[in-house]
Amino acid sequence: MSILIDKNSRVIVQGITGKTGAFHTEMSQKYAFGKQCYVGGVTPKKGGTVFLDVPVFNTVAEARAQTGANVSVIYVPPPFAASAIDEAVEAGIEFVICITEGIPVRDMVMTRYKMRGKKTTLLGPNCPGIITPDELKIGIMPGHIHKKGPIGVVSKSGTLTYEAAGQLAEFGLGQSTVVGIGGDPVNGLKHIDVLKMFNDDPQTEAVIMVGEIGGTDEEDAARWVKANMKKPVVGFIAGLTAPPGKRMGHAGAIISGGKGTAAEKIAVMEECGITVSRSPAEMGKTLNSVLKK
Amino acid sequence: MKIHEYQGKEILRKYGVATPRGIPCFSVDEAVKAAETLGGKVWVVKAQIHAGGRGKGGGVKVAKSKEDVRKLANEILGMTLVTHQTGPEGKVVKRLLIEEGADIRKELYVGMVIDRGSQRVVLMASSEGGMDIEHVAEHTPELIHKVFIDPGTGLTDAEAREISRKIGLPEAAIPEAVAFMKALYLAFWETDASLAEINPLILTGDNHVLALDAKMNFDSNALYRHPEIVAMRDLDEEDVAEIEASKFDLTYISLDGDIACLVNGAGLAMATMDIIKLYGGNPANFLDVGGGATTEKVTEAFKIMLKNDKVKAILVNIFGGIMKCDVIAEGVVSAARQVGLPVPLIVRLEGTNVDLGKKILADSGLPIISATSMADAAEKAVKAAKGK
Repeated sequence: MSILIDKNSRVIVQGITGKTGAFHTEMSQKYAFGKQCYVGGVTPKKGGTVFLDVPVFNTVAEARAQTGANVSVIYVPPPFAASAIDEAVEAGIEFVICITEGIPVRDMVMTRYKMRGKKTTLLGPNCPGIITPDELKIGIMPGHIHKKGPIGVVSKSGTLTYEAAGQLAEFGLGQSTVVGIGGDPVNGLKHIDVLKMFNDDPQTEAVIMVGEIGGTDEEDAARWVKANMKKPVVGFIAGLTAPPGKRMGHAGAIISGGKGTAAEKIAVMEECGITVSRSPAEMGKTLNSVLKK
Repeated sequence: MKIHEYQGKEILRKYGVATPRGIPCFSVDEAVKAAETLGGKVWVVKAQIHAGGRGKGGGVKVAKSKEDVRKLANEILGMTLVTHQTGPEGKVVKRLLIEEGADIRKELYVGMVIDRGSQRVVLMASSEGGMDIEHVAEHTPELIHKVFIDPGTGLTDAEAREISRKIGLPEAAIPEAVAFMKALYLAFWETDASLAEINPLILTGDNHVLALDAKMNFDSNALYRHPEIVAMRDLDEEDVAEIEASKFDLTYISLDGDIACLVNGAGLAMATMDIIKLYGGNPANFLDVGGGATTEKVTEAFKIMLKNDKVKAILVNIFGGIMKCDVIAEGVVSAARQVGLPVPLIVRLEGTNVDLGKKILADSGLPIISATSMADAAEKAVKAAKGK
């Protein structure tokens, strides 16, 4: 078992013929069941062609009708990415993953507003994507550092997720599913949503939750963990040394009005029973010691 | 992106937000002339810098004659203004705003930001204006009222009316306050603002509502559709190294420590700063080279880091995913050859093509200290910076 995606997912790529979309689609097709899971692409005006051995369609609706796709991944440039999400939602795609970084926040406010009451789940934007090791990779993470196993990982940061996977490997621990929720202030799935799924997933025995400064998602998730989570959770929060008022790379990674500091997040997480590693080099070690308790 | 108060007010006026009349000035003579053009008997001389707390720092003064305007403009223009937001080094005042005096009966607060929880624009208003709103939020949160604005309808008359009453505006001022808040929302929404803060919003003796101050920040991801706002950028107010880095698509933020770091990914870059601190050192910067670093980018990154003469060691921390370690290693070697290595360089490589990357570093003959993990790298960098 895994969460959100597995080898039975049927994936289309919005923006498949663009440079980024093409590169990552090819890498993902080469990973595990990628060849069978990636079933089509969408690029306006290129419908009817074949690209990377899959059919290209003009619209998501057409692609879904022809291929039975239930998942879409978006590599469309920022000015058009929010409407690409809208199109996938309208077409009834169940799970949409938006990799694009740099979408205006106002566009995302409108997109999230239009998604109310729809059945689509959104991951991202500005995220590395999602991988279920040995089954399916959707996104820009390197496949080879991930191994199948009992640990769920949910993170705002791409490279810190690789770091976590690398550290887990030292203890022989693999992952059930690794979910990169991204660093934008207005987005889809949050830590809390992914933790709920890991809680219900029989393969997942423990979770690493990686957060960073900005907003209160980590605190919200921690409070939920305290009340509901049946599995151990280990955390790390990046940005203890980040100065206030500065956007630290990610659009959402900013301490504003004294809110969203790492210290505050860590305090709440620890109060809620999450073991927080102070060192980013000890996420794996911390999880391993928690599992052994 | 930040702009000056006078620029914020220009934008707000276009949307129908009421403000006092004012004229931006770059010299003392211009300031006196501005006072003449505005007329009246009282003027306010306001320092224009991208930081709050200007009044407390002595950057906002009231003038009751044109001689006063000349004297105050002369004092403020060119002064180094230190406020709680400028840092101890302060900021040199290069621009002034000369504004007509206002008859202040009451100072209130109105602000807008994007609320992450509701994923909407939130309007916040308070009867407690003219002071630090964070202070109000902490000590008397019940005095801050909020409306989470429906993006489909925008701010409605009913919502604007209700919040205006809650902050204690008299009935006679309500119609103007409603128009004010609706215009403010429109300005915020249409310009892709990330912050609009009117502190204080004032009620005048004759029941008018005016924005006495205006602070606006904008979503940098949306600037491509607002050339008129990009034109308002004042590079004098920004960090030189940060401007230079942005030309090469590098995200750089200056900090005050002595260990420079070059990392791929924003989260890992923050974590690298954190682990330096954990081992007793201090990071000199945040630097994310991004996913598509080339030799050229890495070289530029080295140049920018080394321009900071406080730097005593450089730590390169890369977890290669799509970015291959050999590409980074080549970039590091080429950069070190081009700009020299005046301080110890510690490199930690992990991930895709790591062995090849390590070999390139070893074969270069450069005195590079290699590290096996993030912890090892941080420990070695802190030692090196301390000259051990």
